[in-house]
Amino acid sequence: MTIEATYLGMPIEISELDHENLGYFKHCAQHNYHLQNCPTCDLVRYPPTAACPWCACLEYTWKPVEAKGVVHSYEEVTHAIQPAFKPYLPYLVLLVELDTQNGVPSEYEALRVIGNLTDAEGNLASPELVKEVGIGTRVKMVFKDLTEGLSMPQWVIDDEAKQPETPWRYPDDY
Amino acid sequence: MALRSDADANTGRHLKDKYAIVGVGETKYTRGSGRTTRSMASEAVKNALDDAGLKPEDVDGMMSYSFNDSTFAPTVAGDLGIRLNYYMDVFGGGSSTEALIGMAIGVIEAGMCNTVVVYRSMNGFSEVRIGGTGKRSAVPITGDQMHNRAYGWQSAAQSFSPTFMRHMYEYGTTPAQVAMVKVIHSEHASNNPKAYYNKRVSVDDVLNSRMIVKPCHLMDCCIETDNSTAIIITRADKAQDCKHKPAYIKSVVGRVCKPRADMHYQAGPITRVAGYYGKDILWPNAGVKPEDIDVTGSYDAFTFTTMLQLEDYGFCEKGQGGEYVSDGTMRLGGKRPNNTSGGHLCEGYTHGIAMVIENVRQLRHDVDDSCPMGPDGKRQHTYDYAEGGCRQHKKVDLTANLGWASPGTGSAMVMGNQKG
Repeated sequence: MTIEATYLGMPIEISELDHENLGYFKHCAQHNYHLQNCPTCDLVRYPPTAACPWCACLEYTWKPVEAKGVVHSYEEVTHAIQPAFKPYLPYLVLLVELDTQNGVPSEYEALRVIGNLTDAEGNLASPELVKEVGIGTRVKMVFKDLTEGLSMPQWVIDDEAKQPETPWRYPDDY
Repeated sequence: MALRSDADANTGRHLKDKYAIVGVGETKYTRGSGRTTRSMASEAVKNALDDAGLKPEDVDGMMSYSFNDSTFAPTVAGDLGIRLNYYMDVFGGGSSTEALIGMAIGVIEAGMCNTVVVYRSMNGFSEVRIGGTGKRSAVPITGDQMHNRAYGWQSAAQSFSPTFMRHMYEYGTTPAQVAMVKVIHSEHASNNPKAYYNKRVSVDDVLNSRMIVKPCHLMDCCIETDNSTAIIITRADKAQDCKHKPAYIKSVVGRVCKPRADMHYQAGPITRVAGYYGKDILWPNAGVKPEDIDVTGSYDAFTFTTMLQLEDYGFCEKGQGGEYVSDGTMRLGGKRPNNTSGGHLCEGYTHGIAMVIENVRQLRHDVDDSCPMGPDGKRQHTYDYAEGGCRQHKKVDLTANLGWASPGTGSAMVMGNQKG
């Protein structure tokens, strides 16, 4: 069934034909992160795709993946393109490298999962929190529930992890 | 496991110098053209025909590219009385120019037609904003877009910034170094009467402009304009009959991709751009090296994109791009000027065609600056690059265009004014 929802007032429509994304978000809605796993080469992949990028296998199963990692890169949006984001400026977009399958199958590959920095409920982070995160910050996934069968993965600072003394951030003074 | 980088695309050496760009044309760069993309395209193509000394009946192929924000080739051809033996309208923006030039060579080589016009016509300011504001930001978010637009990760600046930021982290690239791209291009634009923004700016101007998406200040971003641009490609033997000295095409790279192009962040290093793969097609096919190139046209959608491509095509070591773009090499009067028109940061936004047009004029030794016209109808270039002055580089035999769609996709082309 097609999923329709709104997020920050923006319409979302995931087609009933889009089995890959429906499967991905169904697990997110259960707050249990899964990725497509290839039965031929046993590698998981992100984001959802129609075939395995390493062996072109068309089959897949859903495999639970520990959704923790480190900020590989980030950006801080201060001018919203989408009007829906204007009240939440500045917000962070994080490119998070998962601990799972890091450097596999080749040196520079990793599961790099996008998301925003949020609070524990999945609401976009406060300006104070935005200042704390940079490259090297350890984060873990939380979920923002939108409707039945659809929750969005988001990122929070991992309080239980050993954090770098100062994560790398764009220089304030230049 | 074989990587895609193992693919050897160096099969086109026999086409080196067999095709040339013989005509270039554009409309005025504006913000608010007050007319249709159809009207602008017809004017740009007409100007290119006049520039080449060709008549409508001399052209029988037409190609254009757009984001469904333009007028298709059969309409424009019909307006100008051109009967087509071939046309193709493709989807896409940056990186399309060089790719379509390669395709034009291919279809002529296949005997499908003789002479091809490639154009781009866009109201990138007044109709479909290239920055992504307006109607493009309001359509529903689909399943695939749940992994980008839903996170406020939509515009070009937003999509590319993780690459830019990681480059600063890994290589110590500074905001002031990258700002020099805008500074230098603004100097070039000040010598380009066509440029929409023709005032020179300083590093402080760039760094004090408001932040759009860290690390991109407003002035690190290209401008949005309304305009049309066109070029004409034909066989080298036919090119001899045209008005100007031909710009011979030595090699072309068309939409070369990193692994998993549409989700390229999965295959790092994320500071690497598609040019890393493109260089292995561009240089062997042209039979030249980066150090042989006199003028570059490295796509400046953002200050950072110019730098990243120059690095990965081998104009400097990986990681040294910050120094390369700020040490004066790229400036008119420097060793290898880049985007002498002012580029997309200053002249106007054309999804890459204007940078090819500029290099064609550089190769003709006839850029349209304010230098006085000589008795032969050509400008008498002074090589005084002060504000409002000359923008012709003194010695130009070879140019390189480095086109950009995203970190994951790019195109490139080497042109020369001599065969061999």
